Amino acid sequence: MRGSAFSLVFAIAALLARLSAALAAQDAPTPRIFSTGYSFVETSGEELFANICQGCHMSDAMGATGAGSYPSLASNSYLQLSGYPVYVVVHGRRAMPPFGDMLSDDQIAAVVNYLRTHFGNNFRDAVTASDVKDARR
Amino acid sequence: MGEQRREQEHGVRRRDLLSLIGAMAGSSAMYHAMTSLGFAAESRYEGPIKLEGDPREASVLILGAGLAGMTAALELRNAGYSVKVLEYNSRPGGRNWTLRGGDSFTELGGIAQACGFEEGLYINPGPWRIPYHHRALLDYCKRLDVALEPFIQLNHNAYLHSARAFSGRPQRIRAVQADFRGQISELLAKVTKQGKLEEAVTREDQEILLQALRSWGALDRDYKYNANLISAESRGYTQAPGGGLSAAPSPSDPVALSDILKSRLWRYLQNFANYNFQTTMFQPVGGMDMIGKAFARELGEVIIYNAKVTGISQNDGGVTVSFVDTTNSTRRFTASADWCVCTIPLSILSQLPLQVSAAMKAAIDAVPYAGSVKIGLQFKRRFWEEDEAIYGGITYTDLPIRQIAYPNTGFNRSSRGVLLGSYLFDGANAYEFTAMPPAERVARAVEFGAAIHPQYKSEFECGIAVAWHRVPFALGCSGDWSEDARAQHYRNLCQIDGRIVLAGEHASALPAWQEGAILSALDAISRLHARAVRT
Repeated sequence: MRGSAFSLVFAIAALLARLSAALAAQDAPTPRIFSTGYSFVETSGEELFANICQGCHMSDAMGATGAGSYPSLASNSYLQLSGYPVYVVVHGRRAMPPFGDMLSDDQIAAVVNYLRTHFGNNFRDAVTASDVKDARR
Repeated sequence: MGEQRREQEHGVRRRDLLSLIGAMAGSSAMYHAMTSLGFAAESRYEGPIKLEGDPREASVLILGAGLAGMTAALELRNAGYSVKVLEYNSRPGGRNWTLRGGDSFTELGGIAQACGFEEGLYINPGPWRIPYHHRALLDYCKRLDVALEPFIQLNHNAYLHSARAFSGRPQRIRAVQADFRGQISELLAKVTKQGKLEEAVTREDQEILLQALRSWGALDRDYKYNANLISAESRGYTQAPGGGLSAAPSPSDPVALSDILKSRLWRYLQNFANYNFQTTMFQPVGGMDMIGKAFARELGEVIIYNAKVTGISQNDGGVTVSFVDTTNSTRRFTASADWCVCTIPLSILSQLPLQVSAAMKAAIDAVPYAGSVKIGLQFKRRFWEEDEAIYGGITYTDLPIRQIAYPNTGFNRSSRGVLLGSYLFDGANAYEFTAMPPAERVARAVEFGAAIHPQYKSEFECGIAVAWHRVPFALGCSGDWSEDARAQHYRNLCQIDGRIVLAGEHASALPAWQEGAILSALDAISRLHARAVRT
């Protein structure tokens, strides 16, 4: 009994803390990671997508169209074979820049795994850093 | 032959030799002589193009009203061709572009920004500076009556800044440059005097070297770089020379070599030494788009705006291009001509149905497009001038904004001003800023810039941010050729393919420069013309 009242107070305190953080975030921009040199410092797939990929493919991965298009990566069957997105991220494709020099094997694996399990993609066979290493040739 | 005689031969002043050759052999010999002596070889531009021979009313369809497309249109029309230009935007210029108060810009993804700058204030989201050796562009500015003013690349009173050095305090470029040069000179003078250069430098030259180091490095009589009025003449004073009773200047304290080395601020000095950034540089008065507008004025009604090209086909008889009206996509058109000059960026062209050889198609597909971001910020007053005596030029920083560029016009007025609050080209930060919503790009630029100019916080009014990967008519800043791709594909990209030839900065050895776009167009149309008058 006492235990559960205590945890309720704790939960309310945690909720208030989150609320005030959310209010503060409306005033100041939310924290964001910035790289210091030519290469990226982001590590998680989510951060890498949000700080690189969505620049062209957009935050919902749906792409965009002007005089030319950025393809949608959402529910994209080209992602089924994991080697393809790994190859494209490392070497680029047409106007898409190669990221092999700016990202480590771990980072490329992380962002490809994130992409292949989000935005309507559900490919569960994870890519490893050594797969990326092989794709570099 | 004695030493003295040889010296005399080499000692003939080049200018004397040139006037001698000019007088004896005429100006053509003079030109060749100048070239071989290292003059006049700074540009590939050979003056206004001469397309001789009758094109017999042949027609040319030009895709893109950027500087490459409009150069081609202007010169081909002058040579007697019937020309038509298809342009995706509702304005001429392409990447030659200026954003002013009242303009709006909608990027890919659909977010629109309204530019709230005061009248007369602007940023150039694309090209913003013209080197003196870009002679083709300068010649078109002259012929089209575009007024130029200086672009200040090096302002000794702007800053070099590292968040990780000098407690984050920005350092004046003048002081870093003087101290780096002075400390290196002192070091080199020391080893010279210790006799450690005996193998590399003759005794006689060592004497001259010491004199040079003392002069160049602002060293004192003992070849030391110290706080004194000699070094102050390079690095500045704590009390500048004045008038009357308090006139005497006092020197300032140099920064130690180790501190400069560890700060890494020296790496920005190449921005002032690089051939592309050496004085004199120019900008058009009133904004870079004055050039595109001047071309368009000259061309008149041959440009069809709001035309999105959807496919390019060709046969022995000519070229057919399909396009849609961007204001009403149900309106579909085709246009045909004998020849086609296509200046569409490869980022877009690589996606279009295009009837060309496999080699040209492979070349079109081989070029990634670089990311770049520019952010313009308007402030209530020109505090960089009023408080910090910075008139034009560029501050370099290792913060994610990388550069702050001060306006090179409207100096010394009590008025609002617009800074370039960030300029990113390639590298991780360009992608990170591209991935943000435009309003956050502006907010971040203000936040980071305040570390260099604390006035940002109270003086900022409004801003606008252009990320080139999000620009609907370009999908990137410029063709980012790798050395391998250039070796393998560049010539295939530039060849005339049947009745189509490509032009633009991507088809030049001056990527991302307007000069490259113009030189590429001139080269393409001279080859096209030779073929057209032959067939």
